[in-house]
Amino acid sequence: MPLLEIKNLTVSFDTAAGPFMAVQGIDLSIEPREVLAIVGESGSGKSVAMLAVMGLLPNTATVKADRMAFDGIDLLKLSPSERRKIVGKDISMIFQEPVASLNPCFNVGFQIEEVLRFHMGMDRAQRRARAIELMKLVGIADPEERLSSFPHQMSGGQCQRVMIAIAIACNPKLLIADEPTTALDVTIQKQILDLLVSLQAKYGMGLIMITHNMGVVAETADRVIVQYKGRKMEEADVLSLFESPKSNYTRALLSALPENAVGDRLPTVSDMMFEPAPSAAGAAS
Amino acid sequence: MSTTVLEGKNIVRDYHIGGGLFTGPRTVHAVKGVSFKVDKGKTLAIVGESGCGKSTLARIITLIDPATAGDLFIDGNKVDIVRNPLTKEMRRKVQIVFQNPYGSLNPRQKIGDVLGEPLLINTDKSAAERRDLAMKMLKKVGLGHEHYNRYPHMFSGGQRQRIAIARALMLNPSLLVLDEPVSALDLSVQAQVLNLLADLQDEFQLTYVFISHDLSVVRYIADDVMVMYFGEAVEYGSRDEVFADPKHSYTRTLFAATPRADVASIKARLAKKKAA
Amino acid sequence: MSNEGPATIEAATVVKQQDARLQMFGEFWHYFSVNKGAVIGLFVFALLILIAIFAPLLAPHSPDDQFRDFFLTPPAWQEGGNAQFLLGTDAVGRDMLSRLIYGSRFSLAIGFVVVTTALISGVILGLLAGYCRGWVDTLIMRIMDIILAFPSLLLALVLVAVLGPGLVNAMIAIAFVLQPHFARLTRAAVMAEKTREYVVSAKVAGASHLRLMLVTILPNCIAPLIVQATLSFSNAILEAAALGFLGMGAQPPTPEWGTMLAEAREFILRAWWVVTFPGLAILITVFAINLIGDGLRDALDPKLKRS
Repeated sequence: MPLLEIKNLTVSFDTAAGPFMAVQGIDLSIEPREVLAIVGESGSGKSVAMLAVMGLLPNTATVKADRMAFDGIDLLKLSPSERRKIVGKDISMIFQEPVASLNPCFNVGFQIEEVLRFHMGMDRAQRRARAIELMKLVGIADPEERLSSFPHQMSGGQCQRVMIAIAIACNPKLLIADEPTTALDVTIQKQILDLLVSLQAKYGMGLIMITHNMGVVAETADRVIVQYKGRKMEEADVLSLFESPKSNYTRALLSALPENAVGDRLPTVSDMMFEPAPSAAGAAS
Repeated sequence: MSTTVLEGKNIVRDYHIGGGLFTGPRTVHAVKGVSFKVDKGKTLAIVGESGCGKSTLARIITLIDPATAGDLFIDGNKVDIVRNPLTKEMRRKVQIVFQNPYGSLNPRQKIGDVLGEPLLINTDKSAAERRDLAMKMLKKVGLGHEHYNRYPHMFSGGQRQRIAIARALMLNPSLLVLDEPVSALDLSVQAQVLNLLADLQDEFQLTYVFISHDLSVVRYIADDVMVMYFGEAVEYGSRDEVFADPKHSYTRTLFAATPRADVASIKARLAKKKAA
Repeated sequence: MSNEGPATIEAATVVKQQDARLQMFGEFWHYFSVNKGAVIGLFVFALLILIAIFAPLLAPHSPDDQFRDFFLTPPAWQEGGNAQFLLGTDAVGRDMLSRLIYGSRFSLAIGFVVVTTALISGVILGLLAGYCRGWVDTLIMRIMDIILAFPSLLLALVLVAVLGPGLVNAMIAIAFVLQPHFARLTRAAVMAEKTREYVVSAKVAGASHLRLMLVTILPNCIAPLIVQATLSFSNAILEAAALGFLGMGAQPPTPEWGTMLAEAREFILRAWWVVTFPGLAILITVFAINLIGDGLRDALDPKLKRS
């Protein structure tokens, strides 16, 4: 049984210029212990689809799907409060801006323990012990000390580690990482990616990586979905995607990588499609 | 035949942070004595991670901020913006393109005015001449007449970056500082903008200082590469030298951390995973 | 395409430009009209402006005409009312409805004049402070802080006492009291915009300080100022009414709403209509303008974030 199964998902936003279709009929499924990458450029609706699963979209969004099931539970039939019990516990998510994702008013220990109290109902001492354990897991030195640090006292990479600690606090079955390394430097990016993949393997989580970076895909994913303007262009395992891309869009995207440049100029995607319209870019970010 | 357009000798930039209530004043050394030299029509890439001082250096080269110490030569003339106020002549020689295409255009200014403004300030050209030149430049960067009267918010990121490049070129500069010009762009758009920059360099014999954290882009566009780490240039040489044989351990770390998107390394990773 | 002369291009771009304007307005209206209260407020405010403009046509009597036989006549629907005076008459027999209609002229004029004065001086000071920083900033902002430290009505009262009571002096005093709000807002906006890359770009293009301040930065600070101006408009009307009530604003027999309230003070228990109607007029006007201000904030602020 797939961990997460989505059939024919459509998300539209109500804007000044009329409804805007951010996601148009996406099918998606992920097995337990699998790393799935969703690749796309801005405006491709890659984040929107996952936010719809989490139920985190604003009121202006309309979500429709034939089926949206997590671990056999139909998410569409759940009441908001039942859904909140699953989201955050069994499915958790980390975001692009680690510093902005943490509440600047509270120290990181409080923020980790808050999740534990809400979803696991642990007492004070248990929470404290688990928080220290989590900080160790995500590779933060002196966890006892650092629990009382505030987000602004930590670097971007450390903040992202704390975010990961919060995300895995309740042993989720599925972790969704939305551009987890885009705001970080390359050397830190490498560390965070390694951490995510090792945690995924250690706990047998499903991991969905949302990214625009082909390098990140190549370094982490088992299977890849390529999206463009709210539609799925291609789905393949990572090796065959890079070896023999089937859709024109994927081929164009890969040839636009500077490291694949042959000669003086880069091949561009413009032969088949154009830059996403600004409205599309605005709605997706 | 090659003439040196830009030369920096021992450029230093310190920031003095005034003491607060409980802390004494401190000095932050953002750039610690960096030297470089770029010939006409060539591209120097400055690579480094956030906080390494590469953007500070960009602002010094663009004559926005003065250097604390060191000499800066542009077209062989020594420039010191603290002692001598900038002449218009000097001003137009160096222009800059910023990273964020959404912040670098005035939201209340039409594209035509964005392009015409440098001419309006620095030359005595008539409105019709300015309009003419702006139209020509729009064409050159791959946009059309119909874009002349539009506002920036009606353009996508890639188009805005084209406009920013067009504005920088309006005064016929000899040196263009590109501060992460493609980092905020999508992959497909990034390729277009890089191609445009290469075309323009060929056509106008432009000299580029290209600041980036993305090694694959640098490898594609640069002639010379300088790697900065905590305000120091730890590696400086021609592109092939630096990429083939990095001397400094930081450069090697940087290379190792860059994700590889080729089939061979994917195969290696999958094999390792299976073994584990 | 060789026959496509510059004239056609010109025409095409002009059409495009109008389209763009229309589109921008359409977008603004979309966000503004989401807020139903704001639309109602706008409607009421428009009605008020029309009433003020056509006051001589709408008012049944002159605001200063005293009908000696009709002191304190109740409104028409009450016992003892007279159909001639729809909302009754005041203590010297003047028609309440006519005075209220003419009073709208004063209230709106006060709002416009005060807000314009405060806006212009506040924006200039705020622009200087935010752009120059350093001692200029410190000097200007400390003076603004001092003004803000006084209870605003008290300060206005002192100023009017110094300048002498009267509508014009009251407006000057209120503008002086409101102006620091604009200065602070402008300064904050200027400081935020000043470090944006387009400002640096203009600087690299060689723009002078004056040009940077007025042409590059100022137009981008306007949205919060519009909101503040709307809210200050109602504030100005309220303070003018308060000064009028205290006898320091418009002088009798001017039909200014606050002054009308002051004149009616002694009849509060005997004739409810002489105080209720001017009070209601002030309430409705201020409420309508505040609703518009809220709507504007909703419509303009997200736009700032988007661009």
